[in-house]
Amino acid sequence: MAAAARAAECGVRVGIVDDNFSLGGQIWRSHSDDNQKHDKPSDAQRGEAARWANRVRISGVTVLCELRIVHQPEIGVLLAENLHGFCELTYANLILATGARERFLPFPGWTLPNVMGAGGLQAMVKCGLPIRGKRVIIAGTGPLLLAVAAYLRQHGAEIAVICEQASWGSLAQFGVALFSWPGKILQALHLKRDIAGVPFATNSWPVAAHGKKALESVTISRAGRVETIPCDYLGCGFHLVPNVELALLLGCGVRNGFVQVDDFQKTTVSSVFSAGELTGIGGVELALIEGQIAGLAATERTSEAKALFGDRQNARRFAQLLDRTFRLRSKLRSLPLPETIVCRCEDVSYSRLRGHTSWRAAKLHTRCGMGTCQGRVCGPATQFLFEWTPDSVRPPVFPARIETLAPIAGQLEMLQSQATGDY
Amino acid sequence: MLSQATTPTQITAMVNHVPVVVPSGTTVAVAIVLAGQVCRTSVTGAPRGPLCGMGICFECRVTIDGQLHCRSCQVLCEQGMEVDTEK
Repeated sequence: MAAAARAAECGVRVGIVDDNFSLGGQIWRSHSDDNQKHDKPSDAQRGEAARWANRVRISGVTVLCELRIVHQPEIGVLLAENLHGFCELTYANLILATGARERFLPFPGWTLPNVMGAGGLQAMVKCGLPIRGKRVIIAGTGPLLLAVAAYLRQHGAEIAVICEQASWGSLAQFGVALFSWPGKILQALHLKRDIAGVPFATNSWPVAAHGKKALESVTISRAGRVETIPCDYLGCGFHLVPNVELALLLGCGVRNGFVQVDDFQKTTVSSVFSAGELTGIGGVELALIEGQIAGLAATERTSEAKALFGDRQNARRFAQLLDRTFRLRSKLRSLPLPETIVCRCEDVSYSRLRGHTSWRAAKLHTRCGMGTCQGRVCGPATQFLFEWTPDSVRPPVFPARIETLAPIAGQLEMLQSQATGDY
Repeated sequence: MLSQATTPTQITAMVNHVPVVVPSGTTVAVAIVLAGQVCRTSVTGAPRGPLCGMGICFECRVTIDGQLHCRSCQVLCEQGMEVDTEK
């Protein structure tokens, strides 16, 4: 939104293509919230979101929601589809802001209905899932856990416990380091007030989820002690991983899992920029700054872009702090049992994967990562469990309908054969 | 009529041929939960519901108005929508 508004304010034609049904990504999309009285209008984040939405509107940006990009048939042309059909979109400059998803780690029972991501559960509640009076456990790692717990509690949920895998020591260091960012301190204090009285356990993680047809209870390891707690929902996410698939498809360079950019947020591919979680998990402040720089740079307003470099540097230090604080402990590698499903699309168990030496070998032998999500869930999981690195991405980057792909079928076949070296 | 203007619009969608009434702005994934159904059955026969809530994991995929493999967490309910969970 920041990138689009900044670019459009320079007078160029700008369009936003968003996979969601409303703008704002996972943090700011608040579709069903708008009518709810119990959300605090004073919330600074909501004000900021509304301001950017307004800038997008008045700068004349074309917004295309519920549309996902599946392929780039030629440079400057993107193939996109929605529920009803497909279209081609052309661009002179492209800014990728595909955000991040939660990292999911397998443990026994994690495939049961009502075990969701922490952000996943929040997204469902934002979209109308009644949570009032429900008993919820929040687990995993990262600042998102607290934000989700606060949100769900505001909407009437009973939070049984928040399990954070990081140690008390690293969180204490995080707290001290926060003093470099007064805005974050304020946010942290608000959160602390919102979750006052909710048990918050460090050195803690889910061991197993139990239930017949859906979740009934969760066994957690709470600072070394194991206990089972009945609940309706488990929201569990182990921090975030960037959605780099589209960037990889376009040929953008990726380093340590993140899209490589220069000072002006330019990727290694000319005319393609990138901003937000794609370049490093730094939260909404960093994303806004990077988005603005990308929008300004794409419209050749370099001096205005440069004016934001200092703010970005400061926000990036926060990203590094997040990375240090919420690094996963190796103990979590031992959560899956031999029969625990790791690849949810193809139901591939941990024992079937354990013997393989690479992502590719596992894919070929077990179909792990070859289902509908194309490894978006089990890829980051196996990266942590086995230290496998995912291979290159192939078109289409999302499952697409035959009618969408038919017009470019010949070209796809050629790309596939090039990728496998089979001419 | 006056009361209708002040309350959010109610929508009736059909989940596996059973009507479910939800406020406007509710996703199909939520309507399925409210109908007491699961979204799909995995390749080894286990029940599955939404995981990521943001269109990444495809665990919530269902058939909507005859269209296969729609991510129900990314689609808003519409009046008269026919939703079939995957068996």
